[in-house]
Amino acid sequence: MDIDLITNILYATLRTGTPLILIALGEMVCEKSGVLNLGQEGMLLVGAVVGFIAAYVTGSYGLGVALAMIGGSAMALLFGWLSITLATNQIATGLALTIFGGGLSAFIGASYVGIGLEGIQSIYIPVLSDIPVIGRVLFQHDPLVYLSFVLFLAIYWVFRSTRLGLSIRAVGENPEAANAIGIPVQAIRYGAVLFGGAMTGMAGAYLSLVYTPMWTEGMSAGRGWIALALVVFASWKAERIMLGAWLFGFASILHLVLQGTRFEVHPNVMAMLPYVATILVLVWLSSDAAKTKMSAPRSIGQPFKPMV
Amino acid sequence: MIQLQARQNDSALMGYVSPLIAIALTLLAGGLLFGLLGHNPITALYTFFLAPISDIYGLTELGIKVAPLLLCATGLTLCYRAKIWNIGAEGQFIMGALGGSAAALQFGEDSSRWALIWVLLCGSASGLLWAGLAAWLKTRFNANEILTTIMLNYIALNALLYAVHGPLKDPEGFNFPESATFADAVILPLFADDYRLNISLIFSFIAIIALGFVLARSWIGYQITVLGEDAKAARYAGFGEKKLTWFVLLACGALAGLAGVSEVTGPIGQLIPQVSPGYGYAAIIVVFLGRMQPVGIFLASILLALTFMGGEMIQIEMSLPKSLTGLFQGMLLFFMLAADLLIRYRIVFTPRTRATGDL
Amino acid sequence: MTSRLELRGIRKQYPGCIANDDIHLAVAAGECHALLGENGAGKSTLMKIIYGIVAADAGTLLWEGTPTQIRNPAHARELGIGMVFQHFSLFETLTVAENIALSLPKDQTRNRRALSDRIRQVSEHYGMALDPDRYVHSLSVGARQRVEIVRCLLQDIRLLILDEPTSVLTPQEVEQLFITLNRLKAEGCAILFISHKLDEVRALCDQATVLRNGKVTGHCQPKSCDSMTLARLMVGDETPLEQGFSKRVGGEAVLIVKPLSLTPVDPFGMSLKDVSFNVKKGEILGIAGVAGNGQEELMAVLSGEDMRDAGEVILNGDVIGKLSASQRRELGFAFVPEERLGRGAVPNMSLTDNALLSSSHCGLLNNGWIRQHEVNDFAEAVINDFNVKCAGTHAQAKSLSGGNLQKFIIGREIRQQPKLLVCSHPTWGVDIGAAILIRKALIELRDQGAAILVISEDIDELYEICDRLGALCDGRLSPIKPTHDVSIGQLGQWMAGEFSDQQEQCA
Repeated sequence: MDIDLITNILYATLRTGTPLILIALGEMVCEKSGVLNLGQEGMLLVGAVVGFIAAYVTGSYGLGVALAMIGGSAMALLFGWLSITLATNQIATGLALTIFGGGLSAFIGASYVGIGLEGIQSIYIPVLSDIPVIGRVLFQHDPLVYLSFVLFLAIYWVFRSTRLGLSIRAVGENPEAANAIGIPVQAIRYGAVLFGGAMTGMAGAYLSLVYTPMWTEGMSAGRGWIALALVVFASWKAERIMLGAWLFGFASILHLVLQGTRFEVHPNVMAMLPYVATILVLVWLSSDAAKTKMSAPRSIGQPFKPMV
Repeated sequence: MIQLQARQNDSALMGYVSPLIAIALTLLAGGLLFGLLGHNPITALYTFFLAPISDIYGLTELGIKVAPLLLCATGLTLCYRAKIWNIGAEGQFIMGALGGSAAALQFGEDSSRWALIWVLLCGSASGLLWAGLAAWLKTRFNANEILTTIMLNYIALNALLYAVHGPLKDPEGFNFPESATFADAVILPLFADDYRLNISLIFSFIAIIALGFVLARSWIGYQITVLGEDAKAARYAGFGEKKLTWFVLLACGALAGLAGVSEVTGPIGQLIPQVSPGYGYAAIIVVFLGRMQPVGIFLASILLALTFMGGEMIQIEMSLPKSLTGLFQGMLLFFMLAADLLIRYRIVFTPRTRATGDL
Repeated sequence: MTSRLELRGIRKQYPGCIANDDIHLAVAAGECHALLGENGAGKSTLMKIIYGIVAADAGTLLWEGTPTQIRNPAHARELGIGMVFQHFSLFETLTVAENIALSLPKDQTRNRRALSDRIRQVSEHYGMALDPDRYVHSLSVGARQRVEIVRCLLQDIRLLILDEPTSVLTPQEVEQLFITLNRLKAEGCAILFISHKLDEVRALCDQATVLRNGKVTGHCQPKSCDSMTLARLMVGDETPLEQGFSKRVGGEAVLIVKPLSLTPVDPFGMSLKDVSFNVKKGEILGIAGVAGNGQEELMAVLSGEDMRDAGEVILNGDVIGKLSASQRRELGFAFVPEERLGRGAVPNMSLTDNALLSSSHCGLLNNGWIRQHEVNDFAEAVINDFNVKCAGTHAQAKSLSGGNLQKFIIGREIRQQPKLLVCSHPTWGVDIGAAILIRKALIELRDQGAAILVISEDIDELYEICDRLGALCDGRLSPIKPTHDVSIGQLGQWMAGEFSDQQEQCA
């Protein structure tokens, strides 16, 4: 294998991992506050279609990304209203969001299928992008890839050394106690859910404006679900989400690696790989179930209704 | 001020009323949507919900869609009663269709009727094995069943695509990704010659009635319900959690697999990539809308079957996108979840009062 | 002189009950004021109103003479009100310092190191050593309470509210707590002390207000008021108060636990270390101890919810380690768990369905099908025998009060005519009437020849009904002695883990 191929594989790995990073970081924040939002796939699709239409109609990619984030948040708001305010079952509500998002995105995107866009272009970082290998792998990306690094650092910092991070963790561990000492549980949960929606919406825009600049029904192909597994895999730690997302990214582009070698496999079989990898990761995790339990937010999935 | 007040006992009445509220709200929202799109809401709703079943042919077509929904929903009900969140009916359905097709393609025109039974068994067993995989991952490795079954759905879909592009592709099919059409011997018998409705509807009726008895009267049904309501109580009572997990998942896999094989040996007659329009996912809504009760599920499966037909009808008649089906299904589930609040709470109107600190 | 805190006509109504009705109360600076009452009398609601968690429907609150509406806990803390909760409001996955930081104003928590120093300083001043960097899940229950108290003391504290603070402490820890509280009192801090333990109130408090069914039923000075009068104010006239039971010596051992050591399944759990004891026919064995010292783990091993023991547990001569909970029941085992709603009974199911939960081996099944009629009769019999107040056999378990549900669960287990009954906290959080009925039923079962094991935090109860006593601490079991040979002081030492010298004596 020559160096160019390796460089290209690493470059593609980063690109493929980026939407997973965005979704998983958002969902991690959400889960840390104790809310399990299984509706990622639905929010992702709505983000993708809204972003695509907005960019297509206005011609502005920036507006496309922004509206995709708003679209994702709007879906998240719906989820939040049901699961936080009305205290519905988070699992059922998340599933409903996924089904609803699938239908809604297909409906509003129906007349945009088959249109191609140029897509958001890469920005070559001056000087750095000229470094051999590293320059290509790290510094010749589109803005959203760079943004994902920034967001990672920001989230890492919030949970490491801010009171906000502490409050989110407190709410996720024990909402009754948090309420008793005066932390606004519901407000923090709403904030976390909306943030997660915006992140997933952005990931949707990444799919329809960068990764494959077009809209097709169900184009998320289970990435929302894989990201959910990724959060568990990462034990709710931002740095491990980055690592895990790139691993999954690599698994998804493995067919590029095998292309032309004697290991070439039928494309539909190769397409199973990320899903098989997710299952294997879930199995591998359970070898340390106790540790997962230690790191999981304790109140996850449990609705909280304060007494008034 | 409008306030929610917790009820002492859950309201049985609201249990029946809340699905109706959900349906009413869905119709209302749907009408609003049609209005916004510049169509007459009444005409559009009529086209979506009533036109498809305005004649005998329409009703029999409805039956064709009720059967797979009801079979999948019956299996899912067992799972959800136990709070085993199996999202994998879709994959189990596809594997049933795939396994059944592999078996069906072995038989020629001169085969006996036993061949059909063998094909149905193969399909059902394929679904069962696929669900068994999820059960094994759950009981042996404690892997979250929501995520594993979703992944298994995607894997099953790719396996189906692989099969119709590869091993099961019709050699004389001009390179279309489809299998050869099945021999008549392995096609499900029809009720009447002019209609496509076949006996899989009877399978689904048997399944739902059996479900009713198991849930209401049997010890295993009781254990499943306790496990779902309160896992700690199930552990306290010594119900085998793993045994129950295996039972509900295998049962669901077998039923969804049967639905899948009935689809390819029924209205389709061959294996095609679009073997399921999403029956496995729609069945989830059927279960929630039907309150996990047999009668409710029966009625809900009719409604959901109708949304599939309505989507097709509205595309033909008013050239609106077929994906309205998914939109209506999602709305139904959302409104249902919101309306379910009335089971546990009552709405009261109270004047606004507050402790008077600084009067 | 104006009171530090005065309540006038406070009222709070919840659907189906009036939690507080026209409450008047005044606490002066440097005074320790007791709030007495049974479970459900409305004490906790009143505290939550003072601390701003819950808003009152009517009434006035005066803080240092000024009518004030306390908006939320942060506002309460600003005024100088601190609260130590009964179920601690701590976060186990955070450190002591992080826990404390969450309830302080932002500007005081910027510098984490300075905060840690202040925590050390304050905790030492009041005689409660604390390490700010420890994770809360690694602390004992007593230490957790110290975190809660120190959290309040870090601000300028003017009123400290303690909700049943002693229920989780060993007698020695209680003494230590009282030293701290007396120092606070001397510094002019007002204390509101919620309890239902009369002797503690008498030792510490200057004034007492008694609540019953949400109403104030009396004020008094506890030091000059006898126990009977206080108790009557708490429970009303109808309820009998004292019940003396004779002690028995048991027959042959029904349950034998050979030295058993087990690591916990739950990462936050406690491991059992060399626990061995037996329970004899016709006796009640009591095991005292503060929650979290291995009680749950021991219960799980006995009940079959944890099936990892290697043959150390023997019931009537059979090794039962490999038997599931339901198989153990067929051998005459019955179990009343600590959580009644959500383990002992399924909240959303009817009493009929809940009767079947643990009684399927009592002829209620027929080839895998439920004998509905027999199950209904079973449930009805339990309701009648134990005077369970409910809307009938169809009532959901969650609609019953704690006392009535506990009567139902104990009744269900006793009706199975067990050879061994294991009870965890049988009367915790139950009204006095139900508690007396439950204790009587246990004694009756003992006199019929059953072996009974009771695990409880309530020392008075253990002395009242048990024939032999021991204590669990840190996963280890103290020696077991006949009740009349165990002094309160010794039991307290056992609960604190000091039993090595006694073991030498026994050997």
